[in-house]
Amino acid sequence: MTALAFAILLLTACAGYAFNRRAAMALQTNGVRLHSIPWFHGLFSGLTILIPVLVLVLAWLVFQSPLIDRAVMAGLPDAETSGLASGERQLLLAEIKSIAGGRVFGQPEAWKLAAAERMTFLQQAATLGMVVFTLAGSGALLLHARRKVSPDFRARQGAERLVQGLMIFCSVVAIFTTIGIIAALLFETIKFFRMVPLTDFLFGVNWEPQIPIREDQVAAEGAFGWIPVILGTLVITVVALIVAIPVGLISAIYLNEFAPRPVRQAAKPLLEILAGVPTVVYGFFAILVVAPAIRSAGQSIGLDVAPNTALAAGGVMGIMLIPFISSFADDAMSAVPHALRDGALALGATRAEMMLGVVFPSAIPGIVGGVLLAVSRAIGETMIVVMAAGLIASLTLNPLDSVTTVTVQIVTLLIGDTSFDNPKTLAAFALGMMLFLVTLAINVFALRIVRKYREAYD
Amino acid sequence: MTETSSGAPTRFADGARSPHLARRRRKQKLLQAFGVAGLGVATLMLSILIGSLVVSGYKAFTQTHVTLDVFIDPQEVTAERLPRGGFDDVLARSLAEQLADLDASDRATLRQATSILSNGAQFQLRDAVVADPALIGTSVTITVPASDPFDQLNKGLVDRDTPEGQRRVSDVQIAWFDQLAAQGAVSKPFNWALFFNADSRFPEQAGLWGAIVGSFWALLTCFVISFPLGIGAAIYLEEFAPKSRLSDFIEVNINNLAAVPSVVFGLLALAVFIGWFGMPRSAPVVGGLTLALMTMPTIIIATRAALKAVPPSIREAALGVGASRQQVVFDHVLPLAMPGILTGTIIGLAQALGETAPLLLIGMNAFITSAASTPFDSATALPTQIFIWADSPERGFVSRTSAAILVLLGFLVLMNGLAIFLRSRLERRW
Repeated sequence: MTALAFAILLLTACAGYAFNRRAAMALQTNGVRLHSIPWFHGLFSGLTILIPVLVLVLAWLVFQSPLIDRAVMAGLPDAETSGLASGERQLLLAEIKSIAGGRVFGQPEAWKLAAAERMTFLQQAATLGMVVFTLAGSGALLLHARRKVSPDFRARQGAERLVQGLMIFCSVVAIFTTIGIIAALLFETIKFFRMVPLTDFLFGVNWEPQIPIREDQVAAEGAFGWIPVILGTLVITVVALIVAIPVGLISAIYLNEFAPRPVRQAAKPLLEILAGVPTVVYGFFAILVVAPAIRSAGQSIGLDVAPNTALAAGGVMGIMLIPFISSFADDAMSAVPHALRDGALALGATRAEMMLGVVFPSAIPGIVGGVLLAVSRAIGETMIVVMAAGLIASLTLNPLDSVTTVTVQIVTLLIGDTSFDNPKTLAAFALGMMLFLVTLAINVFALRIVRKYREAYD
Repeated sequence: MTETSSGAPTRFADGARSPHLARRRRKQKLLQAFGVAGLGVATLMLSILIGSLVVSGYKAFTQTHVTLDVFIDPQEVTAERLPRGGFDDVLARSLAEQLADLDASDRATLRQATSILSNGAQFQLRDAVVADPALIGTSVTITVPASDPFDQLNKGLVDRDTPEGQRRVSDVQIAWFDQLAAQGAVSKPFNWALFFNADSRFPEQAGLWGAIVGSFWALLTCFVISFPLGIGAAIYLEEFAPKSRLSDFIEVNINNLAAVPSVVFGLLALAVFIGWFGMPRSAPVVGGLTLALMTMPTIIIATRAALKAVPPSIREAALGVGASRQQVVFDHVLPLAMPGILTGTIIGLAQALGETAPLLLIGMNAFITSAASTPFDSATALPTQIFIWADSPERGFVSRTSAAILVLLGFLVLMNGLAIFLRSRLERRW
């Protein structure tokens, strides 16, 4: 039925295009001079029909099922729904939905069957309504547009205004996305901080997001202090940077100045491959190869290494960041004006002295910007740590131990059953908010440095 | 400039005369050596990465099969009760007949013997009989997959010298399996099931079809949404936008979106698409929507670069013969920029194909044993399937995970290759 609505819409839009175009052409063959060529008359009609109806149909689709759900839940007998927690209400709704979908398990109560019937009826009515609406709306717009065809009608301006509007809408989607991210995170985070005080979250040193599911269950109370989590993130980030910065910078210096052409041509795609490998592959590499290797190396020199040591996750993340840092550093050093290089060489510096003493220091701001972007990548990187780092938050700085990170906690808290009413789920959003703010701050700062510095030399 | 010295010029560049210069040269050699070492580390890591995946994954591209003559006993299987019937007993008895020293009356021994065969073997037999009920009462020869421990044994991944208690196959079972192998009943054909089966709890039956289909739907949704949106936004920002606060703000937004951690997009999808709009969990269409938001900045940036590369003379010529600004862009600039735009789009889609974290949060890591027939059905995607298999405890999934990664990397190489091909073939230099 939904497909039918879209088909109707598309057909009417095409019909509108054809009608108006033909009408305009008919005028032309009668020797009338048109303001706009027939094609624009057609385009105007097609867009006039397509855009408003499409927007309304999409809005209808988005709001249809939440509204029906609400109507069905409101129509349930009070005796059955009073005192249900929101998780139970969701379960109930899911059951009614599955009955309405024809998957009946066992013998549901009569009121559930009635609710399912109501839901089916509402759904059918809504879909039918949508089709009728599409038909009526696009038909009316078709007539409206057809009546506009006249020699003086400025169809080109009209059509171009609509296209311009469409393009502005496309650009604004980026803003909507940002607003969506902030709204989603903020909304759930506020709910979280209503249950857990902000100070506990910011300054607490215990992270134990297990909460009792039933009242009588013996379980930890649940502690939501993010200090150990952010500490673990920092440990892994530092390990990653210790691997990535030296290797990335030294290969950038080499590629920028010393590498013979063939080496440069071979190295660039190699680094691009390293950058293009999906992070889930790096994660598997960490648990398959790196972690066992580090563990056995540690055992051979008598060190006790945790199976999911921060070294493995951090080291592999470092490999992932090498191409990132090296390409930023390469760009930054290429942006240093040639006069500086020539000057240094003319004064008798060797090429190494020229690179280390002149070019590299002049490129420092750009390189720092690149490294900062790498830091934000490392903090936000998810799959490597989800697969290779630990789950338990411990207050340690020892990279041989197992630590957990912000992203690991977000993923583990949200995998599986999620209802938006307990602190466990909401904690993930609070962590996400922190992650978003921290990476946003780093990114804005880094991009500003990079841009400012580039302008300084241009 | 006047000549001030008449003797031979001092040879400053002669290292032999200046130990100082020799040291400086050595420093330069050292720096170069470090540079080569740095690149070497990167190369080494890439080769270890690929090498270890190939070494652990290539064995999953074959699968041990056992060929059996099965007598379909009319007492166990009758045409009326199909598709039900004692297919497992039928299989067990034929296996017992093929093995010499097996006491078929002891059910425990029999069960040990049948564990050589995959759990799916009985269903394969059942499907064959349901398709042709005339087989009942006759003998058929079928080839069924061996179960995971015996697949490992056949591929040499189980060390026969380890004490019996520490391996998953007992000495008796090994003897039976060797007997089957000696009869020529064991084969190791190419593992088509890896590509054309959906997921399964049993490694020998698990395949990637469901994940490939899920990724296809997600990428299709991603393309359908992000391609027009990205191009529209890029054209507006590059060709039409007045220099205003709004367009600056949009630019900053796009640059920042490109750097937002992917897991945050997952949170957005979970809260907004699933939580507020009530879209289905685990559905590729939601995954595709999320990936579209992440891919859009890439497409916008690539499109703007491609538009910028079209020389202004084209625009001026079109304007000069009376085209409107939109006609200039849509009829002349955009077609010329298309190769660059397509290259950027394919690279963006390749990134989206490897993206995992947001898909985990919207539940595309569920255990689903059939391929999605529409983008609204539950499905997994290739990277999430890799994550699921990497988490599975069975030994057989280790090599399958590596094989799945090789398949994913294969798709990425294909897409990037296509992008490079387009760039070299179609892009015009002005």
